[in-house]
Amino acid sequence: MPGPPLPLASRSARRLTLCLTCDQEVTYRWDVTDDDRAFKALADPTRRLLLDRLFARDGRTLTELESELEMTRFGVMKHLRVLEEANLVVTRRQGREKLHFLNPVPIRLIHDRWIDKYTERQISVLAELKTELEATA
Amino acid sequence: MTTTEKGVATQVYRVYIRATPEAIWDAITKPEWTERYGYRGRAEYDLRPGGAYRGLATVEMLAMGTPDVVVDGEVVEVNPPRKLVQSWRFKWDPDLVAEGFTRVTWEIGEESGGISHLTVTHELDGAPMTASQVASAAPISQGGGGWTWILSDLKTLLETDAPLGS
Repeated sequence: MPGPPLPLASRSARRLTLCLTCDQEVTYRWDVTDDDRAFKALADPTRRLLLDRLFARDGRTLTELESELEMTRFGVMKHLRVLEEANLVVTRRQGREKLHFLNPVPIRLIHDRWIDKYTERQISVLAELKTELEATA
Repeated sequence: MTTTEKGVATQVYRVYIRATPEAIWDAITKPEWTERYGYRGRAEYDLRPGGAYRGLATVEMLAMGTPDVVVDGEVVEVNPPRKLVQSWRFKWDPDLVAEGFTRVTWEIGEESGGISHLTVTHELDGAPMTASQVASAAPISQGGGGWTWILSDLKTLLETDAPLGS
């Protein structure tokens, strides 16, 4: 953010601070954005549909995917790019073609880090509720 | 064979790990590492083209009646710590043995900030049962999990020094 010019000394101090936090941010941000990117990518119905198409048949070209969606080629490309950045889709060149593969590893990691721990608790709460209701019935 | 058929029979998995390429290479090729994540079997690699690969059964697998060697194959290409190509065949079931050898390529790349990525490409032409095994979403307690489980557990082990199962 541009502000009033700083005296030289504090300017270099600021640069130093920025450098230091920069590195920490990059290191820290990785963990956060790793999941963030996956959640963001999954938050869109078209992108989930693309993943479903790849789940049904893996290793497809843009043209194949485009033919199944009512969307412009550019639109499909944009969505695939978001999925690729989230590591949910991995591409591989084969001859002149670029094939898109569903990569389930980030979903597994989300499952292990987030969903498992919450569902476990919910299930035990429901199990307790069931026991309680059945005991009073 | 058309590209599409080939595409269908190939599976690609990628994971980003906060570790050096060397650490990831060791975790793939050294038995003292492979027994700490995924299915926990010791891997024996003779790391030269034509060298043997053997994935050994764990005590639990042996108790279920598997042979000593549950996966076998041959090393095709070795370029530490970047690339390892090998053939790969399940040995614990006659139907899976009959499907013959498939091909696994391990590729390790370095990102900035101490992050590396590992990509596993498994070419499974003519091996549909093997393909469904390695892509399995069945519970890990029932032998499911496949590559997704192996790679996410490898990531956890290298980043936290404790695998998911522990």
